[in-house]
Amino acid sequence: MIAKLGAATLSLLQEISSVVWMGRETASEIGDRIAAKRAPFRLEDFFYQCNRVGVGSVPMVILLSVFVGLTMALLTGYQLRIFGLVTLVPPVVSVSFTREMGPLFTGIVLASRIGAAYTAELGAMTAGGEVDAIEGMGIGALRYLVTPRILAILCLTPCLTIIAVISGILGAAFISSLMLQISFGFFYDQVMTYLLVKDLMSGIVKSFLFGGIIGIIACYKGLSVRGGAVGVGKATTSSVVTAITVVIVSDSFCNIFIITFFP
Amino acid sequence: MEMRGVNFQFTDKVILEGVNFAVRDQEVLVIMGLSGGGKSTLLSILMGLLKPNAGAVLFKNEDLTKLSRPKLNEARTHMGMVYQNAALISSMTVRENVRLPLEELSDKTNKEIATIIDQKLELVGLKDARDKLPSELSGGMQKRVGLARALAMEPELVLFDEPTAGLDPINTETIDDLIIQLREKQEVTSIIVTHEMESAFAVATRMAFLYEGKIILEGTPDEFRHSAIPIVSKFLSSYSNHDRAKE
Repeated sequence: MIAKLGAATLSLLQEISSVVWMGRETASEIGDRIAAKRAPFRLEDFFYQCNRVGVGSVPMVILLSVFVGLTMALLTGYQLRIFGLVTLVPPVVSVSFTREMGPLFTGIVLASRIGAAYTAELGAMTAGGEVDAIEGMGIGALRYLVTPRILAILCLTPCLTIIAVISGILGAAFISSLMLQISFGFFYDQVMTYLLVKDLMSGIVKSFLFGGIIGIIACYKGLSVRGGAVGVGKATTSSVVTAITVVIVSDSFCNIFIITFFP
Repeated sequence: MEMRGVNFQFTDKVILEGVNFAVRDQEVLVIMGLSGGGKSTLLSILMGLLKPNAGAVLFKNEDLTKLSRPKLNEARTHMGMVYQNAALISSMTVRENVRLPLEELSDKTNKEIATIIDQKLELVGLKDARDKLPSELSGGMQKRVGLARALAMEPELVLFDEPTAGLDPINTETIDDLIIQLREKQEVTSIIVTHEMESAFAVATRMAFLYEGKIILEGTPDEFRHSAIPIVSKFLSSYSNHDRAKE
């Protein structure tokens, strides 16, 4: 039992050190490139990845957020109605969506949609020797392949989070007017009164963090694939599971930190 | 290019042990050996993709194992590698594959790059396939595109990993002719790892035999043919018997 625990801890530490190594090497390759007065990555690749991460994920983020917002408002409203506090639905839903649900659901959508795609793509390239070929040409595989992907997900996660928050609140407002007799005007006034800039900032900061976590885990898992098609499959599953787990755990730590230091 | 006392091992398994050899300008050095004997590992070490546990890899008077990453990347621009499976970027067309090193590593204009792509694809006889994806090409064509990509930066040294493995005789001859042409017309030095005896003798100016992690024979093709080393003569006769059986 202790031996198994020790082996698992060792394996976890090795994985973490490899991820840190990948991040350091990528940063160092970018530095070398800038020092040589060359662009650190191709803008064309960055925009391609942005389109994939951002535009491609918008429908799913909107759909999911509208229905989560709608359900949240409905269930909260029915509970608060017992105490005659149904008017608290707009602040409760908007604050929790901005601080928690928006970034978290966006993270989960991106981990499963984009993280899986990154890992599968880089995994297939690794298994097919394409990554070695890029490295062998002297191009710097980490810089060339990892940088545009991580930058794209880092920049686009906050944007998608804002879309998720707006969609969730609109979904909540719709169901509130339909079933809880809360008008759109009242809902809007309540949101404007209770939703603070720090709630928005908290969500945005978390979304940056989640984007980085998903991008780094997905790229690392893809580049460390061993064993052909089966290896790519395993790495993709592992990438999604690891990214979602790390996003949820880091979300909890973020909440503790924010509530403690920015009450 | 020179390897001096190179040792390489994966965990407990020794792959290369004290490997020494040198290749002179415009030579075609063919390295042969048994399957799983470390020939491809040797090429990866020459490219700086793997770091040996001991020894030196000298290229243009610099030890590749001790170079910083930017200098190693710079050294790699003077080498080209043709991989066993071609290793073309599957999401890019033939043209984009050849353009990749030029776009990333040179200061050439788009017009100059386009000219070089056309030249290299013409050299390997694939100018018409420039807009195709690697998946739309045959194995032989993929290897020729791999060669065009390896030649894009005008390297002084080209490394070939099993360039003719799995190809039909006509494609094999095309690749062999290209290797000879590179040496004769473009003064390129080549190191080739292969099992294909016929190709090896067709292109080699010198040959080496890797066995149990060591170079046990290095010499001209003639010296190789008449070698008295048991494993080398057994290797050669197995191939001759195999060829006779096929006839």
